[in-house]
Amino acid sequence: HKITSSCKHEATLSSTNQKAACSRSPGTMPGPYRETDLTEKVEAFLSDLKRGGSGTGPLRGSAETARETTALLRRITAQVRWSSAGDLMEVIRKEGRRMSAAQPSETTVGNMIRRVLKIIREEYARSRGSSEEADQQESLHKLLTSGGLSEENFRQYFTALKANVIEAINELLTELEGTTDNIAMQALEHIHSNEVIMTIGRSRTVEAFLKDAARKRKFHVIVAECAPFCQGHEMATSLSKDGIETTVITDAAIFAVMSRVNKVIIGTQTVLANGGLRAVNGTHTLALAAKHHSTPLIVCAPMFKLSPQFPNEEDTFHKFVSPHEVLPFTEGEILSKVNVHCPVFDYVPPELITLFISNIGGHAPSYIYRLMSELYHPEDHEL
Amino acid sequence: MADSGVSGGADKKDNIEREKIEGKELTKEEKQRLRKEKKQQKKGKEKKDASLPQVSVAETAAPASQLKAERRARQEAERTSKQSKKGDTGQPATTSKPKIPPNELQPVVKRLPEHIQVDDPDVLKKLAKKLERQQTTENSEIQKIPRRLDYGYKVSLFSHLLQYSRKAPLTQQLSIPSAVIHPAIVRLGLQYSQGIVAGSNARSIALLHAFKQVISDYTTPSNEELSRDLVNKLKPYISFLNQCRPLSASMGNAIKYIKKEISNIPSQFKEDDAKKKLLNCIECFIEEKIVLAAKAIAKSSIEKINDGDVILVYGCSSLVNHILCEAFEKGRKFRVIVVDSRPRLEGREALRRLVQKGISCTYVLISAVSYILPEVSKVFLGAHALLANGYVMSRVGTSQIALVAKAFNVPVLVCCETYKFCERVQTDSFVSNELDDPDDLIVTRKGETQLKDWQQVPRLGLLNLVYDVTPPDFVDLVITDLGMIPCTSVPVVLRVKNVDLL
Repeated sequence: HKITSSCKHEATLSSTNQKAACSRSPGTMPGPYRETDLTEKVEAFLSDLKRGGSGTGPLRGSAETARETTALLRRITAQVRWSSAGDLMEVIRKEGRRMSAAQPSETTVGNMIRRVLKIIREEYARSRGSSEEADQQESLHKLLTSGGLSEENFRQYFTALKANVIEAINELLTELEGTTDNIAMQALEHIHSNEVIMTIGRSRTVEAFLKDAARKRKFHVIVAECAPFCQGHEMATSLSKDGIETTVITDAAIFAVMSRVNKVIIGTQTVLANGGLRAVNGTHTLALAAKHHSTPLIVCAPMFKLSPQFPNEEDTFHKFVSPHEVLPFTEGEILSKVNVHCPVFDYVPPELITLFISNIGGHAPSYIYRLMSELYHPEDHEL
Repeated sequence: MADSGVSGGADKKDNIEREKIEGKELTKEEKQRLRKEKKQQKKGKEKKDASLPQVSVAETAAPASQLKAERRARQEAERTSKQSKKGDTGQPATTSKPKIPPNELQPVVKRLPEHIQVDDPDVLKKLAKKLERQQTTENSEIQKIPRRLDYGYKVSLFSHLLQYSRKAPLTQQLSIPSAVIHPAIVRLGLQYSQGIVAGSNARSIALLHAFKQVISDYTTPSNEELSRDLVNKLKPYISFLNQCRPLSASMGNAIKYIKKEISNIPSQFKEDDAKKKLLNCIECFIEEKIVLAAKAIAKSSIEKINDGDVILVYGCSSLVNHILCEAFEKGRKFRVIVVDSRPRLEGREALRRLVQKGISCTYVLISAVSYILPEVSKVFLGAHALLANGYVMSRVGTSQIALVAKAFNVPVLVCCETYKFCERVQTDSFVSNELDDPDDLIVTRKGETQLKDWQQVPRLGLLNLVYDVTPPDFVDLVITDLGMIPCTSVPVVLRVKNVDLL
């Protein structure tokens, strides 16, 4: 039941989006904008997001999605007519809602939108001259003493605001471009020679990480293939071509082989606000097996994957794809009498994780909430 | 029965020595022999070391007398207990054999099986020689059992195991007609190596049926006794089957049983009577150990299945499927979740059988097990063998399911017949395992086969394990035909079984 309902839900969302887009494109943006190719770009981006919904992952990696989103937001900032920071934030929020609705599981889109909103707030505060600290997160003291302070309308007009915001977004883009390299540079601090490292599925971050370490150290990698999409096969061929000794195992053999593994290094789709992960399915089993053997579990995740979501809602956490990957149509008669599930993601609780390696260094899972408060403003958690 | 005890004279001496060292009880005959030996030893010592003080002799004598007293006391106790258990007639014959009474600790006289010593070249040479020796010179043609060769790049952790390719079955190396190997055995070997007959119960039953065929076609040559010659005849067949696919624990136990039955045939039996008796024995074994055991296990398990249960099963275990079908017929309301894994995808077979019965089923792959487990109330697993240290050896992936079930506090029940209990011990899945054809892992998705040329890539290895071991702290209960026992009671059952001589 879950499969059909979520597919239908997505289908209706996309159709209403399309219809809404066609009907309201010139009118809803505050102020007319000349360039219709901006709309075209946005629509193209949205359709890309919708198409990349199958379990094999999006059509491009998360880093690329993040970069595209940020570039698009920069365009919107530059080309849409807005007078005050509040207007800009409204525009971005609206577009952002459309973009996250196109592919709810692609959380990097939402994360980038929240980053840009935070940039706008900061630039506004700097232009107003108020110190940085005043704009910090609400403490209990502030809530009680200054009740109306959070009533920032962002209505003041500053001439330099646009340029500042665009410059800040450019900085964000440069940061995004260097994330994979930043993470890969830390590889030699974590991998020693003659190690056996286990990973699951395909993560471009982990691939770069391991290849960087392989330039100086010799170690052995075991890749769990992660059925039914078997992205592990691609990872294994890529690693072995670079001269790393690789073995491909089935998902069923994860616990059997774990006793000889020294470290488990995985990538993830999202890092949740409590320090948990939303990763490819099979990762929870891998984490439990690692915990049982007291093997450290290291997650390589750049900062743009950190999302202010919590893993509370059962029905919005999971995403399902077509069950024919699991039980093909060739099975015939029994198909109509059997329920088949093909979830794409797994939740990994933060107790099973040892270390997060991100582009700003390594942290424990208990520190994630602090990083989140520095990246996003609490009012932007709900777009 | 008595003659077999007398024939192994030299072996018995060694046995006695070993038992003496470990201070065990001896029977009357063995004690007499021991006294004789001691006298000879003393004479020899006095002749050799005349310079040595008499203290040494006294020393050897003193503890020996202590041991004698202990032994006598123990023997009395043993005799009374034995006489209360069995009749007197069976006693002298059985105890005269080298087999030690079950209440004693057996000394470990183990030979490592060859299939886990593939990386040792001496062992391989010995195996080749053994296969050559097990040839017959019928019709003046010397044919030997062919040896199956390794295939593909082996992962270094498993270089001590054999890895075969399904595309090169052993039967291709046999010439037709094969005078050495009975055609039923050839067919069976081919069925094993191609995976047509899979699952430990199925393999054992197929083996026993093939042996029935062999026995009915057997004729005793002149000057030979059936009890000895038939056992020798079976040896090359067993080697052949071992080469096709390493024997399972259940098959090993079945073969031990047959060999024992054959060697127990008294020499005065006529050939037809002997053959009839053997066929009857095999029938009994199948009936008791497999069919009736399944019924008994089903009866106990039905008490554990309640209405409204959600039961998780893994792969295709004939016993677990039988239990679920029985419970459904008895009117229990439950639904089943079948978990499956690549590359064998045996769960689909289980799914078909259950759906045919009308049980409502759900089907997932093993990577989705942590998604589906919060809905599950019980996990039923089948076993390939139960090891003497309480570990459960089963299809690869079973230990993973037990691990995740433990993390979610879901009870895990293992169902296993007693004939699968094994005296081996094992702590990890590396030392003794089976490697299946690595090409099975290759899959074509959306027209692309990623691993198509894995043999050419120098550092890439594919690992296709068949078995893994589950530690006993993940298993809550084992349901056997002797009742419901905890995992750690397996050696107790083995001892009890040895009293009944399997």
